[in-house]
Amino acid sequence: MTLPISPRAGTTSARSASAARTAPSRPEAGSVFERANPLAKLAALLPVTAVLVATMDWVSSGIVLVAAVALLPLSGIRVGEFFRRAWVLVAAALVSAWGTALVGEDSGALLFEAGPVSISEGSVLAGLATGLRILAVALPGVMVFITTDPTDLADALSQRLRLPARFVLGSLAAFRLLGVLTEEWRTLGQARRARGVGTGGNPLRRLGSWLGQVFGLMVQAIRRATKLAITMEARGFGTGDRTWARESRFGAVDAWVVLGGLGLSALAVGLSVATGAFNLVWA
Amino acid sequence: MPGARITAAGWGWRHAGRPVPAVAGLDLEVPAGQKVLLAGPSGAGKSTLLYALAGVLDPADESEETGSLQVDGAVSRQLRGHAGLVQQDPETQVILSRVGDDAAFGAENLQVPREQIWGRVRDALDAVGLGEDQGICLTRDTSRLSGGQKQRLALAGILAMRPPLILLDEPTANLDPTGVLEVRDAVLAVVERSGATLLVVEHRLAIWADHVDRMLVLEPGGGISHDGSPGELLAPGRVRDELAAAGVWVPGRVPAPMTPTSTSAHSPTAAPSGTLLTARGLAVSREPVTPGWRRRFGPTPTPVQADLDLELGAGEAVVVTGANGSGKSTLLLTLAGLIPSHAGTLTAGAALKGERAGHLPDDPYRWKAADLVSRIGTVFQEPEHQFVATTVRDELLFGPRHARDPESGQRLFTDEEAAQRADGLLTALNLESLAEVNPFTLSGGEKRRLSVATVLAAGPEMVFLDEPTFGQDANTWAVLTGLLRGLVAEGRSVLAVTHDADFAAALDARTIELAAVAAVPVNPVNPVNSGESGARS
Repeated sequence: MTLPISPRAGTTSARSASAARTAPSRPEAGSVFERANPLAKLAALLPVTAVLVATMDWVSSGIVLVAAVALLPLSGIRVGEFFRRAWVLVAAALVSAWGTALVGEDSGALLFEAGPVSISEGSVLAGLATGLRILAVALPGVMVFITTDPTDLADALSQRLRLPARFVLGSLAAFRLLGVLTEEWRTLGQARRARGVGTGGNPLRRLGSWLGQVFGLMVQAIRRATKLAITMEARGFGTGDRTWARESRFGAVDAWVVLGGLGLSALAVGLSVATGAFNLVWA
Repeated sequence: MPGARITAAGWGWRHAGRPVPAVAGLDLEVPAGQKVLLAGPSGAGKSTLLYALAGVLDPADESEETGSLQVDGAVSRQLRGHAGLVQQDPETQVILSRVGDDAAFGAENLQVPREQIWGRVRDALDAVGLGEDQGICLTRDTSRLSGGQKQRLALAGILAMRPPLILLDEPTANLDPTGVLEVRDAVLAVVERSGATLLVVEHRLAIWADHVDRMLVLEPGGGISHDGSPGELLAPGRVRDELAAAGVWVPGRVPAPMTPTSTSAHSPTAAPSGTLLTARGLAVSREPVTPGWRRRFGPTPTPVQADLDLELGAGEAVVVTGANGSGKSTLLLTLAGLIPSHAGTLTAGAALKGERAGHLPDDPYRWKAADLVSRIGTVFQEPEHQFVATTVRDELLFGPRHARDPESGQRLFTDEEAAQRADGLLTALNLESLAEVNPFTLSGGEKRRLSVATVLAAGPEMVFLDEPTFGQDANTWAVLTGLLRGLVAEGRSVLAVTHDADFAAALDARTIELAAVAAVPVNPVNPVNSGESGARS
């Protein structure tokens, strides 16, 4: 194989000029949520979550939940993908709702009773509120999580929030290594089966075999991390200031995202107070 | 940009906790822009020298430096971004998850202004053949690059720093032949263009011998034993013989397979005859096809190879070759019963199941590990993945101790038999003196020999190996090929995934070449019914 040795002296300046305008290593297309600055998304999430934590009622939770589902097209997440990631939370919400309905304080008409367990209108409503609240807190978070690239988050954290680059980029590199280690965990399992390490047997034996595999993974993780640290150090990382090839910027989209978050939380509080459902947790 | 000048005077380095220095009394003068190949036996301190020049050796923590080592008249630790380093394992050479970001990383650290960075990055990526013209966009996910591409990306990252000194520590040891040439040519193009000084450490000298100005041979615990042009030093004669004896791959020499001193260790089980393993319409994939309901929402995995028919007989040696990503290793894992087949059937013959097979299923994947270990042994590319004990001897005892009779669940070998087998293998592979050592502390060649010995210990009829000769020196290579030849002669079957043509020749092996992925007809597989029953219909 021969490689083109291209002395691109002429084209370089033209290219770098255009490169300075657009951030070439960052996806330019994408949904509103994908284009938004990760910090803006977190800023929008904050008041919404604060409201849901503060009040325990089904109106505010319901509004946030409806808004989250309505915003799904804006986030560019496919419905299937969304539920594949969020189904655990849905299950958790259902279980909590059921539990609250069973053991929650009874009020209103009694619907069902068997020994110590009773379900009343009041406890059903409380269960509903609990379930909705869990979903309303979790789903917007999942949406932000799915649409945020770790690299963009790192850019924003270190350039905008001025967190130390050593910490942020170290975490980012470690995060990438984590993916490599997931693959390695699978390989380790196969390699150990080939040696005759069974995965069956009694729980104690299983635990022992699992611990052995964990140890193997730790060894590999430390080896890799050491080499990676050398690689990073050899590229001048770790001391002093650095420049950033891509600027983490705030744009019009970000303003809308933050405003949207504030508006949604205001709407949730307003309607909840207006309907009389507002119910401060600590009141 | 001129290259860097290297000056060493009586330089030496002792790593923390080691009684003897890795390098001592090194006197060296490398003029700017020279291309230098560093050779020498394992443990001669080649990497230590490179790390010192790269400025990543820590002078604190109990290590000891003597003499002086300077790059352009300064101690390299004080020169940021003066030297670029590429190491052996491609996975640790990638830092960030986007190609463009990764290449820009070093330049950012050197505080190159933003306006200049992307120009440098694009130039660097073009120079190593990973540019947008070559179809790699700046946002490409780095985990989707091949090993050779990862190494070239590392090179681009260095190039964007514009360092006057480029240091390469066995950059091609983990790569297939295509990857090796890719990286070699990229390095030469880059050095040609930038005029940087180049120092490269490599076991296989032929890769670089014709392309460098000078060759240095380092001596373990000492300084330079030979210094000259590769042509001079590698011509038939004393230096060449010395290097060959030390396990260095000198150009044009294939080591003779070394027959182990005793082969009795793995012969107590009777050698089989007949067909051991049959695959019909086999499709392989690393993605499991378990019909979990959640999978309906995700994409259907497509097999990396499909419609494979093959038969492996007793006493057969087979090598599987093919381009990167053609599914060689996936096929190996499937045949070895370590991952489920994607579609088609895999049938273990009576000869493989053995006399005491009981009701073992046909598909090795459905066997218990304890039944597998005495029938099929698999040697992984990374020996450390397979170490399960704390001493070399326990490592060899593990297989025989865990092998079971599938019918009765009784042990296949008594303690005495297991010990006998372990000791036999220790002798055969020259590991006796290391019997009580922790496997993780062995050298690369010793680890490889041990990892092969451990799977042989339970006397499997079939041995599968994934790139067994990657990064190995010539001496380990000779021991390995000798051992495997012995197995084949005994009537066992050996299948290796390898790019090593010499290895295939040494084993007199039949070659199965897997077509590149694009050429494989991908059958639309419905995940719900592509299990064994579906595939048989």
